[in-house]
Parts: sequence; C-alpha cells; structure tokens
Amino acid sequence: MADRIQGLIAGTAAEPNSRPWPRYTVRADVFARVAQAMGEGGIDLLSLWAEEGIVHLALRPLGEAPRIVSTPVVNERFPSVGRWHAPAIRLERAVHDLFGYVPEGAPDLRPWLDHGAWGFAAPLGARKTAPLRDPADYATLPVIGEGLHEIPVGPVHAGIIEPGHFRFTANGEIVARLEERLGYVHRGVDALTTNVSIARAAKVVARVSGDSTVAASFAFARAVEAALGIAAPPRAQIIRGVMAEFERVANHLGDVGAICNDAAFAIALAHCGIFREKVLAACGAAFGHRLMMDRIVPGGVSHDVSREAAHLITTTLDAIEPAFAEIVRLYEDTPSIQDRTCGTGILAADLAVRFAAGGPVGRASARDFDARRDLAHAPYEPETLDVPVLTAGDVDARIRIRIREIATSLALIRGWLVELPDGPLVAELPDISAPCEGMAVAEAFRGDLLVWLRVLPGGAIGRCHVRDASWFQWPLLEAAIENNIVADFPLCNKSFNCSYAGADL
Amino acid sequence: MRTLLLKSLFAKPVTTQAPAPGEAALAEVGLALEARVRKIYGRSLTIREVDAGSCNGCELEIHALNNAVYDCERFGLKFVASPRHADVLMVTGPVTHNMKVALERTFAAMPDPKFVVAVGDCGCGCGVFRESDAVVGAVSAVLPVDLCIKGCPPRPLDLLSGLIALVERASATR
Repeated sequence: MADRIQGLIAGTAAEPNSRPWPRYTVRADVFARVAQAMGEGGIDLLSLWAEEGIVHLALRPLGEAPRIVSTPVVNERFPSVGRWHAPAIRLERAVHDLFGYVPEGAPDLRPWLDHGAWGFAAPLGARKTAPLRDPADYATLPVIGEGLHEIPVGPVHAGIIEPGHFRFTANGEIVARLEERLGYVHRGVDALTTNVSIARAAKVVARVSGDSTVAASFAFARAVEAALGIAAPPRAQIIRGVMAEFERVANHLGDVGAICNDAAFAIALAHCGIFREKVLAACGAAFGHRLMMDRIVPGGVSHDVSREAAHLITTTLDAIEPAFAEIVRLYEDTPSIQDRTCGTGILAADLAVRFAAGGPVGRASARDFDARRDLAHAPYEPETLDVPVLTAGDVDARIRIRIREIATSLALIRGWLVELPDGPLVAELPDISAPCEGMAVAEAFRGDLLVWLRVLPGGAIGRCHVRDASWFQWPLLEAAIENNIVADFPLCNKSFNCSYAGADL
Repeated sequence: MRTLLLKSLFAKPVTTQAPAPGEAALAEVGLALEARVRKIYGRSLTIREVDAGSCNGCELEIHALNNAVYDCERFGLKFVASPRHADVLMVTGPVTHNMKVALERTFAAMPDPKFVVAVGDCGCGCGVFRESDAVVGAVSAVLPVDLCIKGCPPRPLDLLSGLIALVERASATR
C-alpha cells in the first residue's frame, strides 16, 4: 500500500520545513487517486483539514511513518476522500461548513458544525451572511420498515454530560439504527488558533476537551517543537510523561466506575470515584492544577515536580493500587455485571481497522495500535511498552483494556519518578525566518490525538488543526449499538466515552 | 465482596469536611436572590446541569461533587435529570450559538422561582473563547445569572462553597 501512495506522489518534491513527516502538494487528480487507494485498505486516515485555498490529508500506511498530501482548492472544490474512505466524511462536512469548500463526489454534504445559528456561512472561507435556520431542521437518514419507531434524545441529556443529539430508530426494544448529530459545542477553535501567538493558541488547544487537556497540550507542544526543530529538556520530557499517564489513570478510573454504574453496579463507581479523586488531589498538590491544564508548554513544562511532590505521588499510588485490584477482582467475580458487559455493543474488528479506531475502543477490537509505541516519542520506550489488545470487541473488553492500561501507566509513573533527571524545565523557542510546519500525535486516554500547525516568523501560529480520537470513534458507536437494546445504549456509549467538545471544536 | 464489606465496617469515612460558604459568593448571591428565595426552599436545592459549550473540564469537577469524598447530597444539593424538577440551572461553557435554543428551552421548562448559576471562567465571562464568532457570550448574555462560580475549572470545593452560599441565603430569611 505504501508503494501505491509513494508511486502516486513520485516526482513531487516534499514541501520545505514540514517536520517530522513530509508534506506533498499534488494536483487534484493525484489527490483523488490517493483517496481511492485509501478506500482499498491498508492506509489509516490520520486527519483531513483545510486552510485558505488548500486541503490537507494526513495518512499513515500500516506500519510506516505518516505523511501529508495536500491539494489546492480549485473553484472552491477538491476531490472527496469520503467518497472512497468513509472515515473522512464527517471531517469533510466540517471543512465544508467552515470554509465552504465542496468535496466533489462526497456521499454526504449535510451540515455538520453549522446548525444554521451563526447568521453567516463559511466563517473561515468566503464568510457570507446566511439566513438563520431552525436548529431542528436537519434531514436525518430515512429508515424504512414495518413497526419502527424513532426515539430522539438530546442535545440536553439526563445527566451531567456534554450535549449531542441521538436519533434512535428502534424495532421494539432493538436498535435498528442510531444516527448522531453533533456540533452543539462548536466554539470556533479553528478560528481562535489562526494567526495568534503561540501562547494564546496553547491556551485554546488546552481547552478543546478538558479531560484530554494534557494530551492536547503535549501534542501541541511537540508539534511546535518539531516545526522549530528543537526538543524539550530531558527533565521536562519525563514530567510530561508523568502528567500524561496521570491523566490516563484518572480518566480510566472514572470510566471503569461509570461504565459499571450504567449497569447498576454502583459499588464500582463509588470506589473508582474515590480513587479518581485521590489521583486528582495528588495532581493538584504536585502540579498546582487537578487536571494539569496549561502545565505542558511549547519548549517544556511550566511546573516542576519537587521531591515532596514525587513522594506524595508515590504514596498515593501505593494506596490506590491494592484497593483498585480489589475492585477489579470484584468485577471479575460478579456474574451479574458481566452478564451486562459481555457480548454487549460489539465493535467488529474490520470496522475498527477501517476507521483507524484509536485507544481502548480500537484495542478492544483487535486493532494493535498505540501512538506511544507506534509513533514513539520521548519519554516512552516503545520496546518495553505493554500494549494490551483483546479481540472480543464488547463492553467487557473495553473495560479490561482500561484496567490493564491503568496498571501500565502506574508502573511508568513510578519508574520515571525514580530516575527523574536534573536540569532545566523549558527550552527557548528560536526565531525562524520562514514558515515551518509541525505535526505530532499523542496517545490521549481515548486514543491518538493529532495536532498539525504552522509557525510563522515572529512566533505566531498561522494555522492549527486538532483532531481528537473521537472523530473516528463516534461513527463506530453507531455501528456497535446496532441490534442491541435501547437500554444498553448508556452502557455502550460510556464504554466508548467519546468527546463531544473534542470533535465539535 | 465479603472482605470489602468487612473493611468498610472499620474504615473511617472518606468524606471531606464541609467547606465554609464562599464569602465572595455569599455576597454575590445576596443581592440577586434575597427577594426571590425567601421561604421557598428551606435547606435543599435541586440542580439541573447544562453544558452550553464547555470543554467538559467543568463537568468533570461537577461530577466529582457526587463522589463519596464530596457527597454534595449531605448539604441538600441534588442533581436531577429533568429541568421540571430543578430549582437551579447550573450552566457551563461559553454559550455557543448552536446550544442557545436548547439552553433557553431548558430554562423555560423549569418551574418558578428558579436560579441560574454560571460555572467556570467560560460560563462567567467566556474565558479563552471570548473573541469567537461561534459563541453568543457568557451565560449572562442568554439567561439572568444569579451566581457565578469562577475557575478553570473551579475545584469541587469552590463549587460546594458557592452552592452552600446559595443554600444559606435561601434558608437564612426563612
């Protein structure tokens, strides 16, 4: 497959200053053939985004390094990738809403982020005034058949959750189709990170999805550093790792508890809630912020780990580890909860591969990928990183992957704190004379989180694109819930735990 | 399971001490609520939370109020699923254009008298999203706000002290 892509872009010189992976600008017909090759399989879609006059497609042939293929927008049009490779469809709809560029041949061009409430269209493109539309005016896909009924849910849900609309078509209790409609928390992240200072863009990126703030800042910082050709000091790299793994542990603890709670196994939630709280309290004490927001900055970290903080972290881990093991045993020894989680919400392995599903969602369905190992970066050691993979693809498998990952993360944190090197916390960002581009992928608790950006001379961010793992997981939730009962939706949904804010931007 | 139950029998409670009602919050609540709050709520409030554009950071900390450590029901604070059961609408995020109608409808579905609490730097003043065309503004741009609890995100204790101030005020004049 890699050969096919290489063959298509042969003779095209890579753009200067794109790091660490090359970017090629090709004609529309070549771009279309790359898209077609993606549809044949063997190539992961990493992301698709636009800026003024150009569309970028980041991809990764299996087992190889990523690359970016770009094509100029001609007469407001570019060849659709979604036509051949379904995971690109929602990204193209977002490009269409934000820039007004039409993906030619696209199978679905219904509005995605534009709910008709802005008063204008294509805010990052031609930006024309547009009449307001009724937000409920949206053509959900038709479902035809006897005895079907629709259940609309949201955008405001019955809980402390993010907003989104779910349209179930059910046959009795069985879900025949779920269609998601998102975009409710679109805050204009793309516009807010265009032509702004690095520091300002960093603040916005840290608030794309609060539960992944460390991972997003990690990817953003590394993308800036890649563009500028620098690296964070060794001490900062280790501290980044500690924070990233703490974020994973806190979120996985919350998820394990919350999934069990959705199957009425409240004892797991009660205990996991306490563990999570202890982790966050330790983070608050060690890093000055419970979610460790804004602690990773381009060039390094803004917060040191003192000897006392390291000790506090270790004692917290000492307390949590055996207690969590007991809850895991309880989960494993209780047939009533497993009766709900085993065999529920199965995500087929071929779909996980096709959509390049990251994180526990992909790894529970046999997709053996972890950005910490497969797109390795400091402080991770790819040779020794334990990446659990299961094949069942059900809610139970997604819980078990999280349980294993908690253990891995705790071991990483312990190891790093022992060998924390001395030295500075931040490397200075050099001046540049020409625009430079950088891309980085971090393994957030949900899966791979990609940041691409362009740094301009003078230290501004010209354009920044953030792609959360949720983009490719949301559509898979629609597939996983099919033929399950409506009552199991919360369970399935929680076991995916996709981000609304992370994908709505 | 048995060992877990046995341990629980002898373990100390995990709950934290109650925080004092936030002074700043108390003062803020005072003016806004005094006239409407009297004699109505006693010492309990039911809360409906709506994310109107948050990054979900605030949601994580609001969630924490329900865990065994903070256990907000101790203070008569209860999160409910339906706006029809709610006294307080707790709103996070800069209000996006895409969420404005849903937020207004949720507020309209609540019975009178009702209070609005804006949570987080975004809810209180738009935070880092201030200059965005995609957001309407802070919560106060859409609904009458009675109390702001700032922070990015506010810690669970900040939320508790703000809400306790609300309850104190509600019951003080009873």
